[in-house]
Amino acid sequence: MTRINSVAELEELRKGILSKKDPDKPCIAICAGISCLGLGNGDVISAFKEEIRKQSLEVEVIATGCHGFCEKGPIVVINPEEICYLEVKPEDVPEIISQTVIEKKVINRLVYTDPLSGEKATHMSEIPFYKNQMRVLIGHNSKINPKSIDDYLAMGGYSAFAKALLGMSPVQVLDEIKKANLRGRGGGGFPAGSKWETTRNAPEEVKYVIVNAHEGEPGAFMDRALFQGNPHSVLEGLMIGAYAIGSHQGFIYTRHDTPELRKNLDIALAQAEEYGLLGKNILGSGFDFKVEVHFDVGIFVSGESSALMRSIEGKAPEPRPKYIRTSVSGIWDRPSNLNNVETWANVPLIIGRGSEWYNSIGTERSKGTKLISLSGHVCNSAVVEVPMGTSLRDIVYDFGGGIPNGKKLKAIHFGGPMGGTIPESLIDNPLDFDVLSKLGASMGAGDMLMMDEDTCLVEVARYFLDFLSGESCGKCVPCREGIRQMLNILTNMTKGKGVEGDIELLEELSEVIGEAALCSLGRSVQKPLLSMLKHFRDEFEAHIKEQRCPAHSCKELIALEGA
Amino acid sequence: MDKDAIDKILDKYQGQAGSLIRVMMEIQEEEHWLPREVLVKISEKLGVPFSRVLRIASYYKTFSLTPKGRHEIQICTGTACHIRGAQRVLDAVEELTGIKPGETDLDQKFSLETVNCQGCCTCGPLIKVDEQTHSRISPAEIADALKKYD
Repeated sequence: MTRINSVAELEELRKGILSKKDPDKPCIAICAGISCLGLGNGDVISAFKEEIRKQSLEVEVIATGCHGFCEKGPIVVINPEEICYLEVKPEDVPEIISQTVIEKKVINRLVYTDPLSGEKATHMSEIPFYKNQMRVLIGHNSKINPKSIDDYLAMGGYSAFAKALLGMSPVQVLDEIKKANLRGRGGGGFPAGSKWETTRNAPEEVKYVIVNAHEGEPGAFMDRALFQGNPHSVLEGLMIGAYAIGSHQGFIYTRHDTPELRKNLDIALAQAEEYGLLGKNILGSGFDFKVEVHFDVGIFVSGESSALMRSIEGKAPEPRPKYIRTSVSGIWDRPSNLNNVETWANVPLIIGRGSEWYNSIGTERSKGTKLISLSGHVCNSAVVEVPMGTSLRDIVYDFGGGIPNGKKLKAIHFGGPMGGTIPESLIDNPLDFDVLSKLGASMGAGDMLMMDEDTCLVEVARYFLDFLSGESCGKCVPCREGIRQMLNILTNMTKGKGVEGDIELLEELSEVIGEAALCSLGRSVQKPLLSMLKHFRDEFEAHIKEQRCPAHSCKELIALEGA
Repeated sequence: MDKDAIDKILDKYQGQAGSLIRVMMEIQEEEHWLPREVLVKISEKLGVPFSRVLRIASYYKTFSLTPKGRHEIQICTGTACHIRGAQRVLDAVEELTGIKPGETDLDQKFSLETVNCQGCCTCGPLIKVDEQTHSRISPAEIADALKKYD
């Protein structure tokens, strides 16, 4: 690899890469997302490599990022035809090579079959799950090798960065992001442009930009899918942001327990450095920028912005009160702008295609697409990308495939242990930051957990508090002790030991914690419970007054009923 | 204990107090626990007070201050796994191994931990033994899955 010193050289390199690519050369793209690996894709990948070696074929095999249709993994796509095989086993590999790769025949048994109509779909673009999404962020995952910067360049990568760096002033970049109305995808939905501006205008000379790839919410896995599958798209966004803000040092904060992501990240950073896209005098512009990776080693609170920044300093990740925002005083008390993976990945699209294009997608106040991870009682656990404003019903039934085992949907929970639950009756609402907030369930990072009629919400509320009791840093009393007391009350309820007044006490505790806790984790712990009380109060009352679990889920209450 | 491997990690980050968590993570991954004498060494090499090293070591769940068994069983208790029956899977593992989360058996064969959402909810309930993932596992299949480890 040689260093690129100008935009002209970048374009020349891109041309060179494209001219070397033979569009007709067979390439087998195998999903190596976390789910597919969990379902045994490691063996499928080895089987392909072995078979190709044995037959000495000229076929490329790439382990790609998540394709999204996790339920049907392991997924294998045979390019250039884009033939999509689902639930592939190592035993299928010799047949795929001889039939599909060599003889160009489709193996019917391995293609998608519609569960209702029985209709087959051979190509990725024909499968209803993919066809109806708008995959502007994650669509490249099934096409590119995440370990190759050349693949990213071939699809036009780093051209938005080059455009910003040499064709726009930092203020122009900032204005474009503001005009696009890009809102933070990590949970708050805070306008990214204003946040950037705060950091840019903060008096301190040295400023930092950070990718929050912590993704600690249980049931959220879209950021990992995107970051692992297309690390350069996030990196490019970060670089554009750094230029707009005037920062020369970036940080990536991610989990230690996702080895594939770690590997791809290290490679992406090393390759960007070799090409001179990171380092000094990038593309001959005079702009310097470098990036460091830091890890969470297993505590949820470290995803909170001020705790995360403490951790980057090498200290215990405890939050601090935010009388002064981290965008003004963050890492080593310097202005630090933090956005999550998906937010950063939107930036190159906005700069490349313009804020007008971005504004044409979505609702009035929620623009662009959103990555959603579906889990729980749903036929397809998956990562989907849809325009903001898509109805929740479409997400659950069209992409999620509905509820398994003939059960009825009872409720949808958004945003993990600090999110909220809505009942099935509200399913015709659109995916929108403000609409969901009004319903008592903020969107969170975009994780949707489906719960069927057999799920007891008192139990789920207890579960979330149990989770949080182990994840609170313990620094402030309202959070540390409040969670414990709420957990006690709910645990008693699930055991038939609830007493009159428990619900009111829970509400009172919720109010105090919501006001008095130090950080946004502490101030949000009561949210799932309050939303459940709002929509399912009778279920809590039944546990107390009748010692009955309407969902027939709480073991000890079923025993009581039988007695 | 692989002294050379530990020294190599320590040399790489010598004097970099900000790399404390990273160093501990790399040693934990290498050794599967953090012996006290290693923590002392980390403190000296990085120039960080021993009290802070110990504080970080006890703060994060991933760091272990006691030796682990030959095989580490991790059970995902994320929300999706939870509502798909992770508790019953955990009960079955506890029953078979005789240990609870956070413990190691007397033969040092198994250590058991519960872990937060692993991000592959379609695989739930999910257990991992060392690097091997057992997806969509039922309590009845646990005995078979654990049999091959010794």
